[in-house]
Amino acid sequence: MSTGENNTAMAPDAQAALERAGFSRRDFLKGSGALIIGFSVWGLGVELGTGYAQVFQGASVGSPPADQLDSWIAIASDGSVTAYTGKEELGQGIGTAQAQLVAEELCVPFDRVKLIFGDTAMTPDQGYTSGSQSHPANFNRSNLAQAGATAREVLLRLASDRLGVPVEQLRAADGVIMVKNDPIKRVAYGELVGGKKFNITLDSSAKRKDPREWTVLGKPVPRPDLAALVTGEFEFVHNVRLPGMLHGKVIRPPAVGAAVVGVDESSVQGLPGLVKVVVKKNFVGVVAEKPWQAVQAAGKLKVTWTPGTGLPSHADFYEHLRNQRPTRDTLFVDSKDVEQNLAKAATVVKATYYYPYQMHGSLGSSCAVADVQGDKATLWSPTQGPWYMRSTAAMVLGMKPENLHVIFRRGSGCYGHNGADAVTYDAALLSQAVGKPVRVQLSRKDEMAWENYGNAFVIDERAGLDAHGSIVAWDHEAWVPTLGNRPGTGTPGNIITGLLVGFEPEAFRPRSPAPDPTAYVNNSNGVPSYVAGCVGGACQGTGTIKSERVLVHNVISPFWTGPLRAPQRLQNTFAHESFMDELATRAKADPVAYRLRHMTEPRLTAVIQQAAKTADWDARPSPRPNIGKTGTARGRGLGCVAYEGGNGYCAMIVDVEVDQDSGKVAVRRIVSSNDSGPISNPDGLKNQIEGGALQGVSRALLEEVTWDDQRVTSFDWRTYQTLPLGFGVPTIDTVLINRPDKEATGAGETSITVVAAAVGNAIFDATGARLRQVPFTPERVKAALAARA
Amino acid sequence: MSAITLAVNGRSHVLDVDPTTPLLYVLSDDLALRGPKFGCGLGQCGACTVIVKGKAIRSCITPVEAVQGSEVTTLEGLGTVEKPHPIQQAFIDEQATQCGFCLNGVILTAKAFLDNNPKATEQEIEQAMSGVLCRCFTNFRMLRAITRYARETAR
Repeated sequence: MSTGENNTAMAPDAQAALERAGFSRRDFLKGSGALIIGFSVWGLGVELGTGYAQVFQGASVGSPPADQLDSWIAIASDGSVTAYTGKEELGQGIGTAQAQLVAEELCVPFDRVKLIFGDTAMTPDQGYTSGSQSHPANFNRSNLAQAGATAREVLLRLASDRLGVPVEQLRAADGVIMVKNDPIKRVAYGELVGGKKFNITLDSSAKRKDPREWTVLGKPVPRPDLAALVTGEFEFVHNVRLPGMLHGKVIRPPAVGAAVVGVDESSVQGLPGLVKVVVKKNFVGVVAEKPWQAVQAAGKLKVTWTPGTGLPSHADFYEHLRNQRPTRDTLFVDSKDVEQNLAKAATVVKATYYYPYQMHGSLGSSCAVADVQGDKATLWSPTQGPWYMRSTAAMVLGMKPENLHVIFRRGSGCYGHNGADAVTYDAALLSQAVGKPVRVQLSRKDEMAWENYGNAFVIDERAGLDAHGSIVAWDHEAWVPTLGNRPGTGTPGNIITGLLVGFEPEAFRPRSPAPDPTAYVNNSNGVPSYVAGCVGGACQGTGTIKSERVLVHNVISPFWTGPLRAPQRLQNTFAHESFMDELATRAKADPVAYRLRHMTEPRLTAVIQQAAKTADWDARPSPRPNIGKTGTARGRGLGCVAYEGGNGYCAMIVDVEVDQDSGKVAVRRIVSSNDSGPISNPDGLKNQIEGGALQGVSRALLEEVTWDDQRVTSFDWRTYQTLPLGFGVPTIDTVLINRPDKEATGAGETSITVVAAAVGNAIFDATGARLRQVPFTPERVKAALAARA
Repeated sequence: MSAITLAVNGRSHVLDVDPTTPLLYVLSDDLALRGPKFGCGLGQCGACTVIVKGKAIRSCITPVEAVQGSEVTTLEGLGTVEKPHPIQQAFIDEQATQCGFCLNGVILTAKAFLDNNPKATEQEIEQAMSGVLCRCFTNFRMLRAITRYARETAR
């Protein structure tokens, strides 16, 4: 695998493909056109260390324009409503909530609304469905929500003309507009616009309904896809079948950085059903008539590879990160007085936290179906960004983006950037090679060994306390390895298949020392909740501590990295919230009270107070008194976050049992309180909070990518541990705080962000042993117990 | 290739397939069933589960020839969208899913277990579900749905 040091120049093949796709080298250099948008946007995530901020900066060419009502909503003559959205149903429930939103704003029954997700022939480009951005993007005062409000007002005006009655005397209900005092006088939506276009620009002054008057939105509407899911009738992308469809299998390199020396096609000659062996630079695949034939051919194909480029030692990896050069350094806040204040402090506390690479580990390995015929292609893909898939698959295929049609079909739950995009390129390349539709589903190993992992982290925290135990200065310094990312608009080399066919990942741009921050950015939660967050004289943080520094060093990763649920925010929050607990202990303060004492943000304060109330929090310092050295110890711990600084708020209290003899940790109870603005669907929101909480437990206790000197060694469910369905599942109490007057915020990543810290804090409370390295395996727990004073 | 006779969800099929082909491939490719799913191909996750002779088996590691002459039940064999089986209805009632990819393995494993152990305790149910994965971690609701079904059928 290439590293950032030699990837500033584009591979010639990739350049040629770009040119065939209609881009010139000059587009890159001049910084004009779509490609540079991609680079600047997707570069930003690394530059600011913003945790892969899913910044959406404008629609692709050819997208239905977001300012046009017809791009979002169509009403048929029978009154049925079709809504077009770029925010896909991935299993997180946003489809149901969006249908509720449209039904609510349009005053039609829920089941009259049909949603079309992520189809480049129909839906507006809304970037990726990711980063807790769907709720903010489509439920506030733009996009789908504003389209609904605009459509209702247009329909009222049309009805006013038709009925000869002023708008004020009309009301809409059930897809019909009637005269308030004479409801016999009425006209149905289908009669007003049925089948015709609105031809109107979204009206920013169209009034959204008051949440207090909602009858569909805000209610626990059940998910309409469930009956098909539980009976096996639902069509996942894995179930897409086309006439004449063939089956492909890819052969990934045996080691990181290995390149193809030769492929011996005679090794598979005459195998039943084999259609073709496909080799394109380091991309190798087979196509066969049936899937099992493709599996067998892929297993038998003799490919000679160069040795891998070698990997840093897993055992010493965190030291390697800390010492690696070059770095790209970013300061998020720097009051420039932290060292002086630490020197003056009554007490200085230091701790280092370690977080491993973790994987998305989708239950179903990724799958896609491609039909590439001549200069046209149709891709059925579980991609989170169909428009980005269109532009980058065009580069991979050497075609014009407008000749590609990308159709989203749900895959296995992804939790971020799993193998979905890579397998879509795989299917497209194999289909192009045989001129027929090809379905590819990755093997378990190909999914797990080559996906873009969630970042490993090393975090040094330092704080100074005054004589009263109050925090007077906080310093955070982190080392984060990155390589690749989502492909964005123009970087197919950010994922394995793109690299194999000759594209390069986005360049690593060394920079040290870091320049002073010019704007306050906290969407990676690098800035702790307890500091003031002052940049340029303006303080936008959520805490009281004015003496603050947050410095992040990006270094080059040996493995692909990319957004995994709560990217970087979880790792940073693990460090901050564990450290805050350590400070509270040093100050002999109750962890809840100590947090509130350093906090200025009312919504974060409210979720903490709510969680404490629901959990019947016993206010006292940690650890609990009178801990025995053996047997089972019980404790409770808290974690909280203002997600991305303010895109959702969550506090969680967990009760754990620690078996001090075996080192095993069991989470017995989880209480979480959550504020995501106005609640769009309380049951769907709870489902997300619960799932995030338990996924967080699995990540805190078990999950870690491992490797040897050549390759990843965690590539199935034996070598990458995860909690199964039945594991002694804790009880979960989720309290939702509704904020009808606030903006809709993210909801899918808040709870998972705080789990590792809450569990670690609970282990400390129970035993007096502090866990600073995730996952909290029995060996690490036992080592921490042994290290107790 | 050879002729294999397979009974699936009450229908008999004669198929010309390599007898060593894993049952999953035959079900999802030759018979175009959507219930059984490829998750890992290693028998580790449960997504491919089917019921044969009252037992939940992993179809991704079971050669098709091994189930000749036995009735194979897939998720489609329990109920339909219009008339879901009570265990499927319990999952709907509890809204016990996120992406839904694991549901096949979860529901069939639970059903086979409860058919054989109708008086199972909650703890025994959890133990029975300890070989099945849901990576969305809908555990809480799914176990509630299974317990609900168990209570309803025990009555």
